[in-house]
Amino acid sequence: MATADAMALRAFQYWILRYRRTWRGTVVISIANPLLFLVAIGVGLGRLVGPDAAALGGVDYLAFFAPGILAAAAMQNGIIEAAFPVAVNRGPGGAYPVAAGTPLEPEDILHGHLLFMASRVVLSAAVFVAVMVAFGAARSPLVLLTLPAAALTAMAFALPSAAWAVTLTDIRPVNGIFKWVVMPLYLFSGTFFAVEQLPAVVRPIVYATPLWHGVDLCRSLSLGTVSWPLALVHIGYLTCLCGLGYLMARRLYRRHLHA
Amino acid sequence: MAIEYFRAGVKFLLHSARFSTIIAMPDVLVEAAGLVKRYPPRDRHGTAFTAVDGIDFVLRRGESFGFLGPNGAGKSSTMRMIACVSPPTSGTLRVLGMDPLTQGREIRARLGVVPQDDALDRDLTVLENLLIYGRYFGLPKATIATRSARLLEFAQLAERGGERVDALSGGMRRRLTIARSLINEPEILLLDEPTTGLDPQARHVLWDRLFRLKQQGVSLILTTHYMDEAEQLCDRLVVMDKGHIVAQGSPAELIAAHSTKEVLELRFEIGEQDKAVAKLRDATIRDRLEELPDRVLWYTAEGEAALAVVHQIGLRPATAMVRRASLEDVFLALTGRTLVD
Ligand SMILES: Nc1ncnc2c1ncn2[C@@H]1O[C@H](COP(=O)(O)OP(=O)(O)OP(=O)(O)O)[C@@H](O)[C@H]1O
Ligand SMILES: [Mg+2]
Repeated sequence: MATADAMALRAFQYWILRYRRTWRGTVVISIANPLLFLVAIGVGLGRLVGPDAAALGGVDYLAFFAPGILAAAAMQNGIIEAAFPVAVNRGPGGAYPVAAGTPLEPEDILHGHLLFMASRVVLSAAVFVAVMVAFGAARSPLVLLTLPAAALTAMAFALPSAAWAVTLTDIRPVNGIFKWVVMPLYLFSGTFFAVEQLPAVVRPIVYATPLWHGVDLCRSLSLGTVSWPLALVHIGYLTCLCGLGYLMARRLYRRHLHA
Repeated sequence: MAIEYFRAGVKFLLHSARFSTIIAMPDVLVEAAGLVKRYPPRDRHGTAFTAVDGIDFVLRRGESFGFLGPNGAGKSSTMRMIACVSPPTSGTLRVLGMDPLTQGREIRARLGVVPQDDALDRDLTVLENLLIYGRYFGLPKATIATRSARLLEFAQLAERGGERVDALSGGMRRRLTIARSLINEPEILLLDEPTTGLDPQARHVLWDRLFRLKQQGVSLILTTHYMDEAEQLCDRLVVMDKGHIVAQGSPAELIAAHSTKEVLELRFEIGEQDKAVAKLRDATIRDRLEELPDRVLWYTAEGEAALAVVHQIGLRPATAMVRRASLEDVFLALTGRTLVD
């Protein structure tokens, strides 16, 4: 009998095979959209804000905004790559029950899909980072580390999303996530403006949101202002979310695929 | 006489030598005793639901075995337990001599599954669907390619390998699902309502394919609502209702045990049925009468004779038909309900 890793790779192959058919559609949402944001807001709005706004710590708006939108797009991609496909494929007629009827165990199905989600978010983030650098939005060679940072941010959302989505019998709640989770986080996690610009009372709330940790991590790396102890806190926070999401997903995949 | 015995003996020995691998394998493929499946409540307000409530059965190699029952009888739940994708709540279950709880992977590697919904990937082509399924079993690509060609031939889809599944008809999709389930050359094929939703012609094509598989030595386990399907395909079957087995045997045995040879079906004008039934009850002292909303069934050894009696006692049914008894009648006798309402 093959090892569990080999089993997960079999499940991964399914997603690759599908991706060969469907990749065109994914380019728009996961790559083109964030890039349009980067150009329209970073460059367009950046002109209005003007260079060296004090609240941004003395950098121009594009350099401030680009790593923020990188992290926010990573969050969105993580949720899109997990919640939708998992909710669609968990039920009758979906890919999960088909795979569950073969030697694959629910954990293999989870691992194979996670591997694919990770590839997708890394790919999208890599394109974004490359464009960011090309636009001259990076201030430090550490910008290269924003790629793993963005991937970690994405998976910190993807893993809990997958765990939640595998319990759904209906896809509709997934749209609610975009209204009630993605949008507010997108707007208030320091993506578009510095958290210090918010009233002191709401700042702790922002500091508690996972996206802020991703944004601050990516931004401090790209600007070269990183404080390593704080970066470790960010990484720790996001890693914990991944770990918790993974443990939940493992249990829930088994419960629902072997009902 | 002695010569005859000698010949039979030699024949048997030759046979055993050729099929020694088969004979060496255990004869019992699936064995269930006191098997129970209870689902936990779906939400906080729900209650646990017992879908399979203590069933026993044994399935032997080469046999084709059916679960017949109405909606919600627990057929799919039983199939899912056999397929090792649903752990039994209690009781014992052995599949291919192994325990589904600890050896699910090994068991599933030797099963073929045709689920109630086709569950094909509609964005992929016919061949891609076979490819990915074969990969799940760890088969090399070359093996998958040769088997796919043979299986598509078998499923009468040889010309369609490159087409997207979206473009196939319902009957073709079902045949493709069967082809897919055979990619690992399974010893047991599990079919959950293989012909539900297909038109009569597509059903007959499918029955023919399943019959060939049976002849090739694949053991079939299937569920169905249809009596004719069970009679066509099953050597032995169990009748399930509300999680229980209410009868088991071959189709002919079940009909013999729970029904008469013939059935006289009578329909009366609206409002006439009650009066007619009262009259019939007087005339059919020993035979069983079954009242359905739209007709009356008279279970009798001699349909024509019974019809003569109907006319004798002055009844004028709107239509009268004598037919052979079927599993539908068995089900009605056992549960007092029709199978498909
Ligand atoms: N995962 C589940 N959770 C809770 N209840 C379930 C679950 N799956 C099935 N049931 C219930 O168990 C009962 C038996 O279902 P099952 O699918 O085994 O019946 P069936 O004989 O296959 O019926 P059908 O002919 O409609 O396919 C049904 O009442 C169904 O609602
Ligand atoms: Mg069913």
